Amino acid sequence: MHELIEYITSYLGNTTQTPGAAGNFFWATVYILLVFVGLSVAVIAMNWLERKILAHMQVRLGPMRVGPHGLLQPIADALKLLLKEDIIPDGADKLVFWIAPFIVVLAAFTVFVVVPFGPTAAITDMNIGILFMLGVSSLSVLGIVTAGWASNSHYPLIGALRSSAQMVSYEVAMGLAVVSAIMMTSLSDHGTLSMIGIVEAQRADGIWFLFKFFPLGLIAFVIFAIAMVAETNRAPFDLPEAESELTAGFHTEYSGFRWSLFFLAEYSAMIAVSSIAVTLWLGGWLRPFPNALSSPIWDQVFSLVPGATFLFLGGLCFYNTARMPKHPLFRIQTMGLAGFGTLLALIGLVMLVHGVREHVQNVFWFAAKVAAFMYLYIWYRGTFPRYRFDQLMRVGWKVLLPTGLALLILTAAFGMRAEIWQQLQEAFHS
Amino acid sequence: MTDPKTLSPLDLDTPDKTYLDANELVINMGPQHPATHGVLRVILRLDGEKVLGLECVIGYLHRGVEKIAENRTYTMFNPYVDRMDYVAAVSNGLGYCEAVEKLLSVEAPPRAQYIRVILTELNRIASHQLWLGTHALDIGAITPLFYTFRDREEILKIFEKYCGARLTTHAFRIGGLQYEAYDGFEKDVKNFVNFVKPKIDEYEELLTTNRIWLERTKGVGVISGKDCIALGVTGPVLRASGVRWDIRKAQPYANYKNFEFEVPTGENGDTYDRYVVRMVEMRQSLWIIEQAVGGIPEGPIMAKVPKVMKPPVGEVYHSIEAPKGELGYFIVSDGSTQPYRVRVRPPSFVNLQALDVMCRGQLVADVIAVIGTLDIVLGEVDR
Repeated sequence: MHELIEYITSYLGNTTQTPGAAGNFFWATVYILLVFVGLSVAVIAMNWLERKILAHMQVRLGPMRVGPHGLLQPIADALKLLLKEDIIPDGADKLVFWIAPFIVVLAAFTVFVVVPFGPTAAITDMNIGILFMLGVSSLSVLGIVTAGWASNSHYPLIGALRSSAQMVSYEVAMGLAVVSAIMMTSLSDHGTLSMIGIVEAQRADGIWFLFKFFPLGLIAFVIFAIAMVAETNRAPFDLPEAESELTAGFHTEYSGFRWSLFFLAEYSAMIAVSSIAVTLWLGGWLRPFPNALSSPIWDQVFSLVPGATFLFLGGLCFYNTARMPKHPLFRIQTMGLAGFGTLLALIGLVMLVHGVREHVQNVFWFAAKVAAFMYLYIWYRGTFPRYRFDQLMRVGWKVLLPTGLALLILTAAFGMRAEIWQQLQEAFHS
Repeated sequence: MTDPKTLSPLDLDTPDKTYLDANELVINMGPQHPATHGVLRVILRLDGEKVLGLECVIGYLHRGVEKIAENRTYTMFNPYVDRMDYVAAVSNGLGYCEAVEKLLSVEAPPRAQYIRVILTELNRIASHQLWLGTHALDIGAITPLFYTFRDREEILKIFEKYCGARLTTHAFRIGGLQYEAYDGFEKDVKNFVNFVKPKIDEYEELLTTNRIWLERTKGVGVISGKDCIALGVTGPVLRASGVRWDIRKAQPYANYKNFEFEVPTGENGDTYDRYVVRMVEMRQSLWIIEQAVGGIPEGPIMAKVPKVMKPPVGEVYHSIEAPKGELGYFIVSDGSTQPYRVRVRPPSFVNLQALDVMCRGQLVADVIAVIGTLDIVLGEVDR
């Protein structure tokens, strides 16, 4: 018992390593649970936010009935999905049909093993972190193809084929953009594939890779940002599940719990690729201007932002409480909204406490950057029509891929410009 | 462009033989499908994503409207025509009323004519708005749908104030109008015109220059003017193929000859041109409404028609420019109170014939776009 406690506490003082890298199974498990819970909450929140934001873009209200401003709607939906009858079509290959959603979910969740929420706030730190992420996230296409095939139906089959073609072709462009970012780390003498290492490299360079070698970093980022939307099958690249063409694409035959797994996987995949983008180009967990505004006073100011944000959200809830209809029918909803506001405000207050705020700020900045990407996803969906299959392929192979290749060469050349210049001069003089 | 006569019929008897062996796939789109605008069933033969041919199966919404007409008096049948193209009920009513008026040799008084034109043109805008929303939705832009429905609501409100109904309006009577325009009708219409003009700009802002929209619509579902005429295709589809044929100009009915308006035409006959033509038509309709609403004359709204209508023995064909194309009514009278035969020439039904010609060699996604661009209403196709 004593040894166990010692084993558990031995990691507590560790401020240089992630639990996985330190080999501490207990804390690694705790972190896994934390990430899992956090991700589930994020998916639920994302579900609500997407519906609300999209609704407001489209001059409508979105969910309003279940809970104040529809806050409980995702929970009601989750309950409904769990209680639904579990249908496996007669002609389906039952085993494969059963396994497919789990492959997708596994791939979508496993990715988060290496996502760094802070210098030590990751489950583990692999020296091949980014490769691991790309590799595992591309496994989900396997689940999608099996799902489409096992359904034994035409629409899912077409959806699955579209999906696999799309994901495979956009992975190439995505990989090229990622390589260009990795090259930026190696060009400044601390080359690494580790996710944490990449963020540290940005801190050491004093610049987000988005702005490094301007505009090369920006172009790489744009390529990635386009490819990641295609990779996650979201609008305007949502052909595999193009509602108006293929009813629901590869998951047409899925319902209830299994369908919700696909849903979960889709959203966590969105969060996963956004995390890659944030880590590679937007400085991961680093707060804005860590170098330019590096005095302790600025540290203090920025560490207050997370708490202030939550307080603001809480205040927003209270403001809306005042705007709720005064009719007795709305009493419970008003109380619920006030309760939610109180909860947010309490979280905000806790985050302001000295000692806590230093620990949450990394996660907060990371989450805030990911949230910006999530908003972009919703924005795309509200604005763009859908690409056609051949056009999608053309964009992938004829635009993004050549741009990515050229970018890679340019980044290398620009990074090595001193050496190249030297070589040229030597060649000229001799 | 393939000559429609040379298209080989689909070999649908042995779909299993080709399934997964020769890259060919026969899939059934509809009648329950989110993008077939109702209960259209399309049997598609595909090579991968490419459409080798298709066949439309219709009749899921058949109510026998034409047969019903034979057992109703002329007045009783009037509301039924609203149920054909329920998106443009006012136009249907106008066509029917004018056909019977022609048979009876009466003419609606000028005041009625003006109000008819205003309501019909409002209805044309509403129909085009619905088309735009659903068409954009089919192509994957989900937002325009809500914008168009928001603005269409204003038109429906005017209809509701005028005659109490929003969709199946039954606004006109044989010989004129039943209802005098309500107080503030002109003001409402003027307000609407001013309200909707910037809104049309808004739709265009979302779509007209959108790269993806252009790629999805340009060169998709091309049909030549010659093919259109051969197939009997009318309306915006025909005009987008470069044929300047608008019955409002060609064979003026109501009092369209008193109004100035342009007939927009396209050049390429593709989905984008049809989109542009309809957008311009919406603006032209507003222009017509603006002219009409300022000049509504005073006077009666109903011509002298007998209580019991017994048109002389004979037949009449009268067609109008409905939002979707030429809407014709062929009515045979045997001198009794009920028509001997009513035949409706619905634009959607005839335009739907062009689907096969427009889709061969295109991709599955284009079939959806083309169904959208044809602007069919299954209530009118099946009747």
